Amino acid sequence: MNGYIVGQQVINGLVLGAIYGLIAVGYTMVYGIMGMINFAHGDIYMISAYLAAIFLALLTGAGVQSVPVALVLVLALTILFTAFYGWTVERVAYRPLRNSNRLAPLISAIGVSLILQNYVRISQGARNQGIPALIEGHVRVNAADGVTIGQVTYTQILIVSAALLSMGALAWIMRHTTLGRSCRATQQDRVMAELLGINTDHIIATVFIMGAAMAAVAGLLVTLNYGSFDFFIGFVVGIKAFTAAVLGGIGSLPGAMLGGVILGLCESLFSGFVNTDYKDVFAFAVLILVLVVRPSGLLGHPEVEKV
Amino acid sequence: MSGRYGLILSVLSFVFGTLAFVAVADGAEAIRIGVAGPLSGSYAAFGEQLWRGAEQAAKDINAAGGIHGRTIELIKADDACEPKQAVNVAHRLVDAEHVKAVIGHFCSSSTIPASVVYTEAGILGITPASTNPKVTERNLPTFFRTCGRDDQQGGAGAEFIVNHLKAKRVAVVHDKDTYGQGLADAMKARLHGLGVREVLYEGLTRGEKDFNALVTKIKSQLADVVYFGGLHAEAGVLVRQMREQGLQAPLISGDGIVSQEFVASAGGPRFVEGVFMTFGRDARKIYGGRHVVEAFRKVGYEPEGYTLYSYATLQAIAAAMRATRSEQGDVLAKWLHANTVETVMGPKAWDAKGDLKVTDYVMYRWTPDGKYQEVE
Repeated sequence: MNGYIVGQQVINGLVLGAIYGLIAVGYTMVYGIMGMINFAHGDIYMISAYLAAIFLALLTGAGVQSVPVALVLVLALTILFTAFYGWTVERVAYRPLRNSNRLAPLISAIGVSLILQNYVRISQGARNQGIPALIEGHVRVNAADGVTIGQVTYTQILIVSAALLSMGALAWIMRHTTLGRSCRATQQDRVMAELLGINTDHIIATVFIMGAAMAAVAGLLVTLNYGSFDFFIGFVVGIKAFTAAVLGGIGSLPGAMLGGVILGLCESLFSGFVNTDYKDVFAFAVLILVLVVRPSGLLGHPEVEKV
Repeated sequence: MSGRYGLILSVLSFVFGTLAFVAVADGAEAIRIGVAGPLSGSYAAFGEQLWRGAEQAAKDINAAGGIHGRTIELIKADDACEPKQAVNVAHRLVDAEHVKAVIGHFCSSSTIPASVVYTEAGILGITPASTNPKVTERNLPTFFRTCGRDDQQGGAGAEFIVNHLKAKRVAVVHDKDTYGQGLADAMKARLHGLGVREVLYEGLTRGEKDFNALVTKIKSQLADVVYFGGLHAEAGVLVRQMREQGLQAPLISGDGIVSQEFVASAGGPRFVEGVFMTFGRDARKIYGGRHVVEAFRKVGYEPEGYTLYSYATLQAIAAAMRATRSEQGDVLAKWLHANTVETVMGPKAWDAKGDLKVTDYVMYRWTPDGKYQEVE
């Protein structure tokens, strides 16, 4: 077992983990503020992949030659439109159920997920869609003694750095801005926050928008990296990202990223050194072990009964 | 109130019931035949191949006078390549649509459970595309196929790997599905027979997009050939990630990737270039089918993959119905076992199991323009 394989598998796992983490953020933020699981989030990510491909095609058609310019424009447009989808879903499917039984929004979320999948299936077709490779090339990673321990494509570097950047930006917003303070206040006690003059409906909508924006970043990066997608990709990735959120401690932002990376590493290392057939079994076994020892996840806070 | 509504309802249902009955009696001329396959989902391209082929065949047969003056009416059924849904649509075809024969399904994992439904209902079923050996190994008297078997296909793949590519280190990957794993196992068995052992045998998960960990593992095993048993959606992603990691070993797969969508899944023709695949001799080149191929091309559809197989399947059903003047499964099956049918793909005859007597697997290679060509 040489250094190359270990290094390469760690890189594979980190890239996969960064994608899981970016999507997990959407689950964890909504859970943190509303105590519900937004099962439609995986499909918001799927829609963002389609949007990214559509904008890419439009910009190429409009004659934008430079790849970096095109990517920045596509990123901005994708975030904008995906955020709009996130906002709409909240407005239509969850806000009317705000004060109802806790299970009602959950069922509503599953309904939204089905609607989004079939909406894309009908409007875009059931076939696999693909985009050509935009960013070519890779760099070799060498250990101190000059031995190559792995190879990273530029797209993979982009994925990890974009994930770190957007997570950093999100953490900064939550910690240092008025908006972030309002979010945290709403998370701790919605009624009290409202009494103190915070428009909690507005805050919840903002959280959905931010979650969708992160999913949009993931959607664009995944489209660039894997080159193909269909209307059903949200399901598998959604389940994995949700697992990552639970593993890291649902409700915790750094937890989502940590959970994503751990899940990605588990999958790729187990697949690389033991067996690909059972990598999911291993990943979920790790999840169960963590939950047995720490029921609220790695970085989650134990739920205190609110009186 | 409710009593009156009940009365109106029963009158209405009686009227409509009679109308429906009249309609059926009037339309008894048309022979209903089901076409089942994945019309939605990731593998919808294959369902389209089956539907297009059958549709064109029905059009041509009807234009030539139908079956003793009766026209063929095709009924669509979507199984999304999922076994559970396949059984549901099979029951719908049999119980609600009253079809007299079925063309389908595509995925072996769908065909195997659905064929039981057709056999129990006593109707003829012919799959144009399901290659898993089990399809015809279960003594179903009224079920046939117009394609080869994976033990033949896997064997052809293994012989190519050993005799042409002279490969010593073969990595075998499958998608854990009936078709994919069955094909990979058949290839592996023949490979062992030829004295080569695989360096790796693993299953990936359908629907996933990241096989980088598996690719790194294949690379670390210094494989000089990768064999994949599965469908195009995963094959495309796999070959792209192989090339991106700098693994240049040729990829060899079976008839599960014979669709233009293989190119889309890989994200461009550049990645599929050089991929090998086993499939029946190109039916588009058989002389007797030339006018059919041209009819397809005229409407802008390239009859790739299993399109002509589906066309030939309906021809076989029609020939049996014409010769026996019957629609009963056992009568039609008896005739098909005993006779040769002249189809768009040349003459076809079946053995006692319902397999073709002659199959012709050849090797194809994907070219830089995203098409496939027979290896000379």
